[in-house]
Amino acid sequence: MNQLLLQMLKGTLVSFQVFGLTLLFSLPLGMLVVKGKMSKIWIVKTLVNIYIMIMRGTPLILQLIFVYFAPYYIFGTSYDRMTAVIVAYVINYAAYFAEIYRGGIQSIPSGQYEAAKVLGFTKSHTATHIIFPQVFREIIPAMGNEVITLIKDTALAQTIGVAELFRVAQTASAREFSTMPLFVAGIFYFVMNAFVAKAFDQMEAKLNYYEKK
Amino acid sequence: MSDLKDNKVDYMIEVNNLIKSYGNQEVIKDVSFHVAKGEVLSIIGPSGSGKSTILRAINQLESIEGGEVIICGDTLYKEGLVLTQDQKRKIQLHNGLVFQDFNLFPHMSIKRNIAEALIYVLNKSKIEANEIALQLLDKMGLKDRADSYPSQLSGGQKQRVSIARALALKPNVLWFDEPTSALDPELTNEILKVIKNLAKEKMTMVVVTHEMSFARDISDRVIFMDEGFIAESGTPEEVFGNPKNPRTQQFLQSFNQ
Repeated sequence: MNQLLLQMLKGTLVSFQVFGLTLLFSLPLGMLVVKGKMSKIWIVKTLVNIYIMIMRGTPLILQLIFVYFAPYYIFGTSYDRMTAVIVAYVINYAAYFAEIYRGGIQSIPSGQYEAAKVLGFTKSHTATHIIFPQVFREIIPAMGNEVITLIKDTALAQTIGVAELFRVAQTASAREFSTMPLFVAGIFYFVMNAFVAKAFDQMEAKLNYYEKK
Repeated sequence: MSDLKDNKVDYMIEVNNLIKSYGNQEVIKDVSFHVAKGEVLSIIGPSGSGKSTILRAINQLESIEGGEVIICGDTLYKEGLVLTQDQKRKIQLHNGLVFQDFNLFPHMSIKRNIAEALIYVLNKSKIEANEIALQLLDKMGLKDRADSYPSQLSGGQKQRVSIARALALKPNVLWFDEPTSALDPELTNEILKVIKNLAKEKMTMVVVTHEMSFARDISDRVIFMDEGFIAESGTPEEVFGNPKNPRTQQFLQSFNQ
């Protein structure tokens, strides 16, 4: 049993790695995507829209398999499983984050930009000090949802053989003819998400110092 | 600047043959007016007559399609003139603008709403900026609310903060875009009083308003807009007392009923 728990903790670390690296790259990439999506250049906008449609319109598990196996069929070479997982997750989550950012940005009334303009603020100051802080608060609930989903989605990494928590539990389950390891894995995910939910609740409370309008 | 010499007047705002259009539709048609230093000009007229659009165009919130606009000697618009973003920003600092619906920054305290531009646009120290903000809030009777957020204030208080925010940058001309239209009737007076006091201090102001008696009371000159044209302009006595244009007569009558 101790042996099993130790293995599962190791698997959890891998899950964390997937989780952390995905967030690290997809959060900023999402900003780039939303910039493209809101671009006035037709071709940029269309390409970004197609990308978002594919990311949201197909299962993550398929995207993962595609990212891992496509290079092999096209170039005859493949790459590290973990890298494939991160690439697939990052491009998938960036699309979702971009949509959340867009909702937040569009919720800011045009009067805020106008006031900033007549007061002589530069565009970058307007973005960083006037628009972003309001957008940030606006998107916290939706971001919380997405981040919780990401924790659970890390389980899909086992599809291409990454030894994360779910894979470890499944293997143990098969070895010991018991569903116990899977049940324990469920508790692990639940506890991780309890922390994530708590963190987002606190952020929301902290940003509630002002009301809109 | 030959205009200045010829007329021996310090014009803060010179608008000559201004044209503003959306697509093919001209909404401001050949509008010209000047605002002298210390003068209070009111722009009145029915909804859709273009009075707010003029204010927005001169404050760079709308594009201009023709004519000439000179703000405190700096040309903002003239055919063929191309300005950089930075030049445009500098010209805008001649103007202060008070919006109909305040447009305060909800995530900043009201002190910060005023201080922010002092710090980041005029490069004043935080201490100095806060001092100026507090002085202005004091003047507006809101010193004790300095650390409140906009959502905690009444409409009239919000509008006073937004006037303080515009005044902080020491604009040469203060523009008001229907400053009482978003307020409950009982709150309009507190704003009108503030504007009246500014007039006493010889602040140059352009007020787009629906408040006829106020416009009559406070203005040195009044412009009546109709369908994108200046239908009538003159002293309040001339425009309100003895309007020549039938549209002005009709409009003013509807207010007197």
